[in-house]
Amino acid sequence: MLEIKDLHASIDGTEILKGINLTINPGEVHAIMGPNGAGKSTLSAVLAGNEGYEVTQGTITFEGEDLLEMAVEDRARAGLLMGFQYPVEIPGVKNVYLLKAALNAQREARGEGEIPAPEFMKLVREKLAYMKMDNSFLQRAVNEGFSGGEKKRNEILQMLVLQPKLALLDEIDSGLDIDAMKVVSQGVNSLRSEDRSILMVTHYQRLLNHIEPDVVHILMDGRVVKSGDKTLATEVEDRGYDWLTEGSVA
Amino acid sequence: MASEEMEQLVRREYTQGFVTDIESDTAPPGLNEDTIAFISKKKEEPQWMLDWRLEAFEQWKKMSEPDWSHLDYPPIDYQAISYFSAPKKPEDRPQSLDEVDPKLLETYEKLGIPLHERAALAGVAVDAVFDSVSVTTTFKDKLAEAGVIFCSISEAIREHPELVKQYLGTVVSRGDNFFAALNSAVFTDGSFVYVPEGVECPMELSTYFRINAANTGQFERTLIICDKQAQVSYLEGCTAPQRDENQLHAAVVELVALDDAYIKYSTVQNWYPGDEDGKGGIYNFVTKRGDCRGDRSKISWTQVETGSAITWKYPSCLLRGDDSVGEFYSVAVTNGRQQADTGTKMIHIGKNTKSTIVSKGIAAGRSDQAYRGLVKILPRAENARNFTQCDSLLIGDQCGAHTFPYQEISNSKSMVEHEATTSKIGEDQLFYCQSRGINEEDAVNMIVNGFCKDVFQELPMEFAVEAEALLSVTLEGSVG
Repeated sequence: MLEIKDLHASIDGTEILKGINLTINPGEVHAIMGPNGAGKSTLSAVLAGNEGYEVTQGTITFEGEDLLEMAVEDRARAGLLMGFQYPVEIPGVKNVYLLKAALNAQREARGEGEIPAPEFMKLVREKLAYMKMDNSFLQRAVNEGFSGGEKKRNEILQMLVLQPKLALLDEIDSGLDIDAMKVVSQGVNSLRSEDRSILMVTHYQRLLNHIEPDVVHILMDGRVVKSGDKTLATEVEDRGYDWLTEGSVA
Repeated sequence: MASEEMEQLVRREYTQGFVTDIESDTAPPGLNEDTIAFISKKKEEPQWMLDWRLEAFEQWKKMSEPDWSHLDYPPIDYQAISYFSAPKKPEDRPQSLDEVDPKLLETYEKLGIPLHERAALAGVAVDAVFDSVSVTTTFKDKLAEAGVIFCSISEAIREHPELVKQYLGTVVSRGDNFFAALNSAVFTDGSFVYVPEGVECPMELSTYFRINAANTGQFERTLIICDKQAQVSYLEGCTAPQRDENQLHAAVVELVALDDAYIKYSTVQNWYPGDEDGKGGIYNFVTKRGDCRGDRSKISWTQVETGSAITWKYPSCLLRGDDSVGEFYSVAVTNGRQQADTGTKMIHIGKNTKSTIVSKGIAAGRSDQAYRGLVKILPRAENARNFTQCDSLLIGDQCGAHTFPYQEISNSKSMVEHEATTSKIGEDQLFYCQSRGINEEDAVNMIVNGFCKDVFQELPMEFAVEAEALLSVTLEGSVG
């Protein structure tokens, strides 16, 4: 699904990622943890195609294609979808309009026609209910005046409608109370399937109680310093991150 | 009129031959008393009208061109302009769509303009142009039934002199400003509307009819009067790009609303903005003013300005009657080398008067635009209220947007609110849309249309759809 090899990336001349290697197979759920400044957000941004970051070395292959050569919208159309930590507000643009435009852009890329309106509304209403969101969300402007929890739910709603091959979740748990956390994780868990992969970037282990990862990577100072199963996350929660660097030095 | 009915009418076969009531005379360049007399004679005007024009000319001669606007253009030689030119002869015009600039046709296509209208808009001659005479007659009958007068200003001067005498120049006086004085002296075309007491105009007086007019005057004069409890919605302009050989346009529009009357005036202006260097574009200096003369009257201006090389335009409201309401909703888009200085004036004179200003400016390319607004509340205007919202959106880093709000408040029982924002089209908003698979151009359109939503929802439905399409065409290629 996704293969990252020796990825180096910098912002304004400062190297943040210093040689990342990561392979995600279809059906797997991976979590990336790490302290502040480790490069977690940079990795998400590079995967999504944010031009503020410069890739200086390495490769990213997505479904056999060179991801770094693909435009932002083409990545989404190919099935890589990013759930943002801070989804942006777009005044005056209705949520339903964005959803429909996004879905139709994907369908067009797959050579399908536009989705008929009734079919679209049926699909969206079903997913809304699943995310415990009111129908009125559709008529509201994208993320405008949404609470932190509503924004995150909205990100997952888009995932449910767009059905990506690889869902990239950047700090999807930040700013969520326990109820919202349940709804969001339920949404993410419903995405799990044999041919779909999920990559979560998170600060806290608590998210992983709700969405159990197959693999946990610890990212520190721009490198993956340790990978393991979900018990690694618990270990980090108990012991912090310092032992990992000490270990690597020793 | 139902649009199907309209469709049928315009599809009707051409039967009567090309009709033109003006001989193809053109006044020599220059402006003096003789030119004005020539125009007045051509229009078969009575003496009082000629006198009125000549007085305006006297005033104009003493005035000088305003230089306070945030516009930059070479000096205009008013003696080099021809003030009266007849429409092109049919044989000089394109004989079919095949002879029309394919780029222009491409734009019509994108705007979704019906095929039969494209020919008319592109100035194609004779049989390609649908028969405007029968259309005109039919809708006139319907209006006449309701007692509404809708005709050209020239016709009104001849047929309804008492109304014209009573109202012409009472909202925008001849000496109001340089361009208004010029217009008063030399206007050649425009519309006249009178809606009698208690009548709600049975149809929107739309651009549909206007594009049939022989040619759009360089100095248009429009006068709309809504008598007590009457209502009218008037649509001016056209989303299709309009070319014109006359570079200088100076129109005057006067609206009069008596007690409980409501006038809604919507404009889509898309004059030729000039080539990439701004050459050849239209200079558009317009004076538009509505007079809420009666109590509880309401005048609402909605404008979408996308064309012209230079736009100088401030549709305004005089809120004279108690409890009268003035509204101004505006979207101004500039791209390339366009310059626009536009805004509004709300003059609160009566008690409990209310005004709302919503202005959305979008600048792209190397264009420059300014919002200029005045809210003036006179001592007698107790409990007057104004709300102003004025937002600018910049696309790219070579364009400019400026806001000049003026407020003059002369009583303590009034309330004025002003909100203004200037933002660059968000890189993060674009990125967000793109990361959903939406390409950059569609994303820009989506964001810009969202930005303009408050104004678009004020437009009549049909117009709103066209306006959205127009925006995307105007901003085409402005990103990336």
